[in-house]
Amino acid sequence: MNLKEWIFTTDHKRVGVLYLIGSIAAFAVAGIMALLMRAELSTIGPTITANPSQYNVWLYTHGAVMILGFQIPALTGFFANFCIPLMIGAKDVAFPRVNALSVWLFYVGVILALLTFFIPDPPDVMWTGYPPYSTITTGNTAMYSFTVLILGFASIIGGVNFLTTVAYMRAPGLTLNKLNIFVWCTLAAFVLQLIFVPVLGTAVSLISMDKYLGTNFFDPTKGGDVLTYQNLFWFYSHPAVYVIFLPFIGVVYEIISVHARNAVFNYKMVVYGGVGGIVLLAGEVWVHHLYVSGMADWLRIGQMVTTLMISIPVGLMMIGLIGTLYKGSIEFNTPMLYGLGVVFLFLIGGLTGIPLAVPSLTIGVSDTYYVVGHFHYVMAVAGTFAIFGGVYHWFPKMTGKMYNEFWGKLGFWLTFVGVNIVFWIMMDVGVKGMPRRYYDYAHFPQFESAHQWMTVGAGILAIGFALAVLNWIFGAINGKPAGDNPWNSPSLEWSTVSPPPHGNWPSPPSVSEDWHPYGYKKG
Amino acid sequence: MHDKIRRGAAGLAALLLAAPVWAAGAGAKSEPKTVDPARDWDHLWNEVIVDITIIGILFAIVTAWFIWQARRRPGNEVGASPKLSPASAVGWVVIPIFVFLSIDLYTAANGWVLWNTFRDVPANRLEIKLEAGMYSWDYTYPNGVRTQNELVVPAGTPVVLRMTSRDTLHSHYIPDFRVKEDSMPGRITYLWFNPTKPGEHLVTCAEYCGVMHGYMAGRIVVKAPEEYAAWMKGEETSLAAATAPAAVPATATKPAKTAAKKT
Repeated sequence: MNLKEWIFTTDHKRVGVLYLIGSIAAFAVAGIMALLMRAELSTIGPTITANPSQYNVWLYTHGAVMILGFQIPALTGFFANFCIPLMIGAKDVAFPRVNALSVWLFYVGVILALLTFFIPDPPDVMWTGYPPYSTITTGNTAMYSFTVLILGFASIIGGVNFLTTVAYMRAPGLTLNKLNIFVWCTLAAFVLQLIFVPVLGTAVSLISMDKYLGTNFFDPTKGGDVLTYQNLFWFYSHPAVYVIFLPFIGVVYEIISVHARNAVFNYKMVVYGGVGGIVLLAGEVWVHHLYVSGMADWLRIGQMVTTLMISIPVGLMMIGLIGTLYKGSIEFNTPMLYGLGVVFLFLIGGLTGIPLAVPSLTIGVSDTYYVVGHFHYVMAVAGTFAIFGGVYHWFPKMTGKMYNEFWGKLGFWLTFVGVNIVFWIMMDVGVKGMPRRYYDYAHFPQFESAHQWMTVGAGILAIGFALAVLNWIFGAINGKPAGDNPWNSPSLEWSTVSPPPHGNWPSPPSVSEDWHPYGYKKG
Repeated sequence: MHDKIRRGAAGLAALLLAAPVWAAGAGAKSEPKTVDPARDWDHLWNEVIVDITIIGILFAIVTAWFIWQARRRPGNEVGASPKLSPASAVGWVVIPIFVFLSIDLYTAANGWVLWNTFRDVPANRLEIKLEAGMYSWDYTYPNGVRTQNELVVPAGTPVVLRMTSRDTLHSHYIPDFRVKEDSMPGRITYLWFNPTKPGEHLVTCAEYCGVMHGYMAGRIVVKAPEEYAAWMKGEETSLAAATAPAAVPATATKPAKTAAKKT
């Protein structure tokens, strides 16, 4: 195994693994930022830094890197690359060299994001980059713009690649209604990326043009408008939530159906009602991020209805998941624990989102810790649990070896307890008035003990995540041989050897008429 | 036969869609004496939290029970989920859609009623201009009196803030009154609240505005009407004293006194 082979690889599985390594590294960095923030907030007043700008840089890095450097690349980079060609019985993706380009661009983006720590005036514009602050700050807004543009471009070419791959390279006999749920979900995510990433690219380009080139898109004294940026930004960034949600719930479908050895409940409901419904509604709900930012009243009321209607496709997907558990044969191994964990965490996250769909309730809790707690449950934590569960689930296929079950389960329980301590308390203090993005909460002294509990919870969950990553590293080096199909799944990726060779199968597979990726049979 | 089903479905749909609207309307009819958005906010918030808690617990119990029932054990090596007939597959889509949609529309209708409370400012209001900036809240009263980071208002009078910003985004958040709205350069936004009792309320910035965002705080001091009048008289006198000599030194005290009498 030499390094050059890996860097210049066009093999989709190796590209996938490169995405995984990069995104887990990004996760570690962004996670350390979270721990630094929690340490800072453990007491009122300065704790580990006396400089609020330092805290704001941590906050910026945590948000931007978790979303753009970890979740999106792990889900649409690692899982899509590793699983999709194997699940559809293809030798590789349609454009392997373009695929290599996309992972290189991803690394450029991550390195650019990490340079934040080494340049004199690091960006401090939060992951949203709202003007006027982003155009008048001394922080380096260009760094933010270019990081977003490069990662966005990587994602767009990935999207073109995978849509082509699934359209043209499915194994003979593999019709659309026999695709894995994960494949459907990821395709839908790429459709959203292709539609909406250009809008984000426009938005972040315009703030840098305003700041450095003297344009006035967002300067009202010269005919610009401040709110336009927020509209453009969230017109992408709300669909981006589904770009994360869809693949991660797809991963959870794979985990749950395999480890419950059960067919997906009402497959067509999940695909056409759930995935399709989310794609249809994704672009019509962005104003719920702007309920208190001075939007027109009719738009706030109109998008309250569309936002509430998101509960329909998401509810159908939850019914599909719970229905898949019904009368299953559930083994409580590590990937399944993560999968089941997502069901409960997402339930909390989804339901606590209902009040936030209503502008008149949001007027009270917007920009408080309630919102932070909610979106961590629904997207950050649920998504990360799905990613960790998914890595455990496909670990035997990636490496041909088995991870350690005991350390895996211990890691899961530590993180599960930790996230509930942190984010449940966070929602509670949010409702009582604690605003987000505060370096210091001197005028909310009543929340100090709650902040200390959250810091303790953050420490617990960090240990859990670290155990999981160490478990993979040790498992990949000297785990026990896992065999080709340790979970006895009929899904195509398990039909080749572990790890699959270049080209995946010696001869291209084909599937019979009664085959289905979820067709579990007795005996 | 098909017609009957279609008519039945249409009737069911109409019923499910009409029920939340009717329920929300019924709530709106019992008009309270004073309009207090904060109190109505607490009411709707508690109602929604109770609803989602019930839904959440039901879902969680059902899921936990399914998981326990379906654990792998001898005789249960492979799942046996029922194969759905086309009709029941469609039913599993249509019925949940109606259930979710009726919850959605019920919530939306209640939310809209409360929204109108938050946006329709009563006529007997006190109009205050607010200019936010890094990092202070600058209030201007209708008579030109200005204060910074402390807004004194009379109890029992609704207060509306017409807000703008001189630099970045800010959000004037009063946790006790459950209300906030961003302010920004180039646009005027507004919020209103109804201070019913004398007391002090924290004001804090809820939209990231720069390095000292966390320290951008102020307070709203609600005084009894007579105390407020006395305070305002003092402010007016000092305003007159401060501005008059610079403008027209000799006759400055006269117009200021008449202005004070009018209030």
